[in-house]
Amino acid sequence: MEIDNPTSDWANRWRHPDVYLQRSGPYAVEGYMPGDELTEFIHSDDCKILVVGAGGLGCELLKNLALMGFKDIHVIDMDTIDVSNLNRQFLFRYKDVGKSKAEVASEFIMNRVSGCKVTPFFGKIQDKDEEYYSQFSIIICGLDSVEARRWMNATIIGMYDEEDPSTMKPIVDGGTEGFKGQSRVIIPRNTACYECSLDMQTKPVTFPICTIANTPRLPEHCIQYASLLLWPKSFPETKIDGDDPDHISWLFSEATKRADEFGIRGVTRTLTMGVVKNIIPAIASTNAIVAAATANEAFKLATSCAPIVNNYMMYVGDEGLYTYTFPLEKKPDCPVCGTESVKITISGGWKLQELIDLLLERPGTQLKRPSLRTSTKSLYMQSPKMLEEATRPNLEKLCSELFSSGDTVVVTDANLPISLQLVITFE
Amino acid sequence: MLNIMSIKKKNAADAAAGGRSPKTSATKIRLQKDMDDLSNIPKTMTVSFPNPDDLFNFSLTITPDDGFYKGGVFRFSFKIKEGYPHEAPKVLCTQKIYHPNIDLEGNVCLNILREDWKPVLNINSVMIGLQYIFLEPNPDDPLNKEAAVVLNTNRTLFVQNVNKSMRGGIIGGVSYDNVLQ
Ligand SMILES: [Zn+2]
Repeated sequence: MEIDNPTSDWANRWRHPDVYLQRSGPYAVEGYMPGDELTEFIHSDDCKILVVGAGGLGCELLKNLALMGFKDIHVIDMDTIDVSNLNRQFLFRYKDVGKSKAEVASEFIMNRVSGCKVTPFFGKIQDKDEEYYSQFSIIICGLDSVEARRWMNATIIGMYDEEDPSTMKPIVDGGTEGFKGQSRVIIPRNTACYECSLDMQTKPVTFPICTIANTPRLPEHCIQYASLLLWPKSFPETKIDGDDPDHISWLFSEATKRADEFGIRGVTRTLTMGVVKNIIPAIASTNAIVAAATANEAFKLATSCAPIVNNYMMYVGDEGLYTYTFPLEKKPDCPVCGTESVKITISGGWKLQELIDLLLERPGTQLKRPSLRTSTKSLYMQSPKMLEEATRPNLEKLCSELFSSGDTVVVTDANLPISLQLVITFE
Repeated sequence: MLNIMSIKKKNAADAAAGGRSPKTSATKIRLQKDMDDLSNIPKTMTVSFPNPDDLFNFSLTITPDDGFYKGGVFRFSFKIKEGYPHEAPKVLCTQKIYHPNIDLEGNVCLNILREDWKPVLNINSVMIGLQYIFLEPNPDDPLNKEAAVVLNTNRTLFVQNVNKSMRGGIIGGVSYDNVLQ
C-alpha cells in the first residue's frame, strides 16, 4: 500500500465500513438505500458530528469516529489536561499538561488520521447557543457530570420543533463509572430522554448525618464530619473548594483527628480529596468498551445501515459481567420531553387573566389550575398560598407589562403531568 | 425511519436561523411543578418567599398542633440548587432548638434529605418529613445526643426540657431560641 498524498483516501481505505454501506443485509433498516451516496455522505461536511467532552470517553470516541470515516468532527471541552489524565486519555502526552483537551485532541486526530478535520472548542457547552448546535447531524456525549448532561439534553430537546424535521438532533450518550457503564440513544420526544432517567443516575455518596455526627464507622464518615459539620462552623462564609490544597489540608487534618478518636483507619489525603470532590474511579477499558458501543450507534444512526439500540444498554462489569439492553420508557411528567411547545399570538393589551382564560378553553389540554412563569418571573402561581397572593395582582396587569413578545411562558398544572411551553408573540 | 442524510440536507439551508429566547431550565420547570403540589398542605405549615420570582430560595414555618412541640413556631430555610432533583434540597432550621434530630447549627437528620433522597420525591415530601419529626422525634438517630438520651430515659424531663427550651431557656449550658409566638 502506497500513500502519496496523506490527505486523500488510498485504495480500499474504507473497505470495511463500506461493506455495510454498499449493500443491504438481512437486518438493514426498512427503506435502507445502500450505495456510494451514503459513503460520500459520511465523509462529507454534510455529516457534521459533535463530540461533547474530550476526556476519557472523548479520546476514545474521537479515535473511533475518525477511523470509521467521519471527516467533519467538532469537539467541545472546557478542561485543560492534568497529569492524572495521562493514564487513560491517550491523545495527550506529558508535554500537553496544562493545555486545552479539545485543542490537543483535535490536533492529534488530524495528524494521525489523514483527511479528518476536527474542530475544537475550548470552553463550556453553555457558551454555545442553538445556532451552534443546529449545525450538527448527531450529538455524541462523553461527559462525566449529571449537570452537563442535563443541560445538553434539555438544550437539544428544546431545539426540536416538530414542524421542522431539520431541528431533530439525535443524542448518543455514553457514561462510565469504574467497571460499569452505559450507552444509549435519545431521539428527541420519541424516546426517553436523559431527564426521564434521572432516577437511575448514581448520586453522590451520602451517609446519614446522624451517623456522621455520632457513630462513624468508615473513613468517609470522618471526612464528611469535617466537611459537612466542622467546616460550616469554622468558616461560615467560605464554600469548600476541592481544588484548593489549603482546604483539603484542613479537612484532612480534622478528619484524621476524628478517625483517631474513634479508632478508624484509612483516612488519607487522597481519600479526603476523593470524598470532597466526589471522584468516581475511571477505568480505561470501561471507557473503551462504552465508547466503542457509542460510536457504533452513531455510525448506524448516520447511515441507517443497521437498527440502532432500543434504547439503553447497560454494561455491568463489577459483578461478573453482563449487559442488558432495554427500551427505557419516556416519563409523561418529564420536565424536558414531557413539555409541549405551543406558539400562540395574542394582543399585548390582553390582561394576564385573559391569557389564562384562553388556556382554560384550549381543547386538548385539560388545564384546570394553571401556574405560569417566564424563565425569570412568576406570572401567576396557584400555590403555595403566599405565592398565589403575591402573584394575584398580576392577573389584572397587561401581558405586555409582564413579559416581551417572543418570550416563553411555562405553564404547569397540578392536574396534568405534562407542562406547556408557550412561545407568545404579540400581534 | 429516521433518515439523518435527508434531514441534514434540509438543515444546511436554515442553519443560520436559530437564536430563540432562553429556555427555562428543567430544574425550574420541575420546581414550578413542585409548587403546584403544595396546594393542599396542612394548616400547620406555611411557605414564604423573600422573592416570589425566585423559587430556589424559600422558608417553611411549622406550627405543630400536637405532640411535644405543640405551640412552637419552627422555621426552616430551603435552598435548591440547579442540581435538583438529582440532589436533595438543602434544609436548615434557622433557630437554635432542643430536638434529638436537629443540632445546634440547624442541621436536620432526616433520611430523605440525604441517603434516601430520590428524584421522585419533591418539596412536599420533605415538608411532610420535617413535620413528622416534630410529632415523633426519633431518639435512635440523634444529632443532639443529650436530648436523645433524655427522651429515651426520662420522658417527663424531656417534656420539661422541650417546654423550657421553647420559651428561650437554658439547658445544659445552651441557650435556646424562644419559638413561642
Ligand atoms: Zn424526558
